[in-house]
Amino acid sequence: MRLPRKYLVNRLVTLFLTVWIAATLIWIIPRLSPVDPADIMLGRMAAGAGAVENADAILEQLKENFGLNDPLVVQYVKYLKNIVLFDFGLSTATFPTKVSSLIARALPWTLGLMLLSLVITFFIGNLLGALMVWSHSPRLVRVAIPAAMVFTSIPPILSGLLLMWVFAAKLRWFPLTGAYGLTVEPGWNWAFVQSVLHHGFLPALSIVIVTFGFWALGMRGLMITVQGEDYVKLAEAKGLRPRYILYKYMIRNAILPQITAFALKIGLLIAGQVLVERIFAYNGMGKLLYDAILDQDFPVIQGVSFVIILMTAVSVFLVDLVYPFIDPRIRHEGATS
Amino acid sequence: MTDAPLTRADRRLQRRMRRFDNPWLNPKLLWGIGLLLGIVALGLIGRMLWNLDLVFTGSATLKLPPVGFENLRRQPGVWDHPLGTDGSGRDMLALIVIGAPNSLFVGLMASLIGMGTGIVLGFTAGFVGGRTDDVIRVLSDVMITIPPLLILVVFQSAFGDVSLTMMALLIAGFVWQSPTRLIRAQVLSMRQSGYVQMAQLSGAPTHHIMFREMLPNLVPYLFGSFIANVTTSIVTAVGLEVLGLGPQRIPTLGRTIYEAINAGALIQNLWWWWGIPTILLAVMFIGLLLINLGLDEVSNPRLRRLS
Repeated sequence: MRLPRKYLVNRLVTLFLTVWIAATLIWIIPRLSPVDPADIMLGRMAAGAGAVENADAILEQLKENFGLNDPLVVQYVKYLKNIVLFDFGLSTATFPTKVSSLIARALPWTLGLMLLSLVITFFIGNLLGALMVWSHSPRLVRVAIPAAMVFTSIPPILSGLLLMWVFAAKLRWFPLTGAYGLTVEPGWNWAFVQSVLHHGFLPALSIVIVTFGFWALGMRGLMITVQGEDYVKLAEAKGLRPRYILYKYMIRNAILPQITAFALKIGLLIAGQVLVERIFAYNGMGKLLYDAILDQDFPVIQGVSFVIILMTAVSVFLVDLVYPFIDPRIRHEGATS
Repeated sequence: MTDAPLTRADRRLQRRMRRFDNPWLNPKLLWGIGLLLGIVALGLIGRMLWNLDLVFTGSATLKLPPVGFENLRRQPGVWDHPLGTDGSGRDMLALIVIGAPNSLFVGLMASLIGMGTGIVLGFTAGFVGGRTDDVIRVLSDVMITIPPLLILVVFQSAFGDVSLTMMALLIAGFVWQSPTRLIRAQVLSMRQSGYVQMAQLSGAPTHHIMFREMLPNLVPYLFGSFIANVTTSIVTAVGLEVLGLGPQRIPTLGRTIYEAINAGALIQNLWWWWGIPTILLAVMFIGLLLINLGLDEVSNPRLRRLS
């Protein structure tokens, strides 16, 4: 089975444009600002050493090193070249550290937390949404879920605060902050894994309980449409088991548009998670970004923003690539047009 | 059969059917609007009845609890500050009276501007077609993938303090895409419909067809998309504030939460400091969700039977 070339090219162009526009925005915005990063860096040196001699010379040198004396076009082209190689320069707050190595350290935590909470919400949400409509589900399910759903419009940062307060500050069942305990040695040993799971539970839960409702609501609407279809009626008339009809006939057909909805939602999900990581001081991109904002560390802010936008764009691209394999109609449309 | 007395279930059904005669009198929609109006009322009535100077730092004892509670220093709450005070002695009630409508204002303003842009671009794309359509379509496809929070983080950390209006304008730059796509798709399908072709044949000017013939049919969709955008805008604004960006000199709910977390309010059991803004924001989002669910039921009658 092959993807139609036109569809593939179209998606690739969108991916490329997204990344390019985002990179350009990130580059232009700080250059429009009156604040000069070299000044901030010099200020930090002055705060550390009391006074700085030859401040003007250092300023010149910094500008030279950062390439700020080149014409803008040259700077832009250099920047694009560097960003393709994931080279975001050096962090100004922790000076000679490379931004890319800071990001490489934070990224696995963010990806891990994201995948975990995403898989859980997708399954729970779609299943509950389907059960809400299904005529054979227990009464309790049909009454309780809509009531619980009301709370799922809340962004994860608010649920995170509540969970943190109840389970970490009050009951002390879970640690308040961090991604693993201070006493364990990072590595593939049981104590570390246990500590990571223990620390990751609350952040993941605070994302799960506020996002499953999105899927459940979407699924509910789709299931209502599917419910009235002739093939479901026929399946019922044939006397197939209700559960079999639910999984093989109804959910199978209703889940398709959910996957496209997912593509549009990725950006918000990632942004929400960044904030959850910030309040839990979880060692991911969110904390890195927050620390960088506090320190006015521009290269890190740029790098983190770019990588997160890149992640979003690539996820959307991947969903678009997978979609035709699930829904044959797209393939045919693409082939005929 | 006609004389049989009505059972309670019958009567309830009858009542429901009657209620649905006018789809706009939808309970979810009304509850949602009620919750949002409650927040607006808090802002309006609070401004008249409460002394807003209490919002300045050090205007009261620090960390006082709400009335009926005790803080860790065994101080009881007092009626001078019914919702308690924060870590720098600001009155919580004054804080939310000013802060809560601000969040709603940012959401509504950003979303209105986004909607206006969306209507113009969507109609242009659908009507003009060709190159213009391609550009608008690709641009909205591209911009819908970029999370607004991160671009705004870059913007605000470069520019420093922003005003509330400026923040709304910045967010508006990221919420025009979904109305644009929606309108474009609808316009393309509506152009083929009988009444539009009829209007074209009778020589109606383009703007008449756009705004008099087509726009009224789009209203339910536009409302839904508008409300969804208000939610996105508020979430983005609160996100920025919680990261310590956003307006620095005006009290906002997100900034209050930011200060509470930074001061360790969770460990010190100062739950009212972060809890009250959290609850208000939650009420706001629940209200918006209910409005959206209600609007869904208004525009899609198939959903109504099941709730």
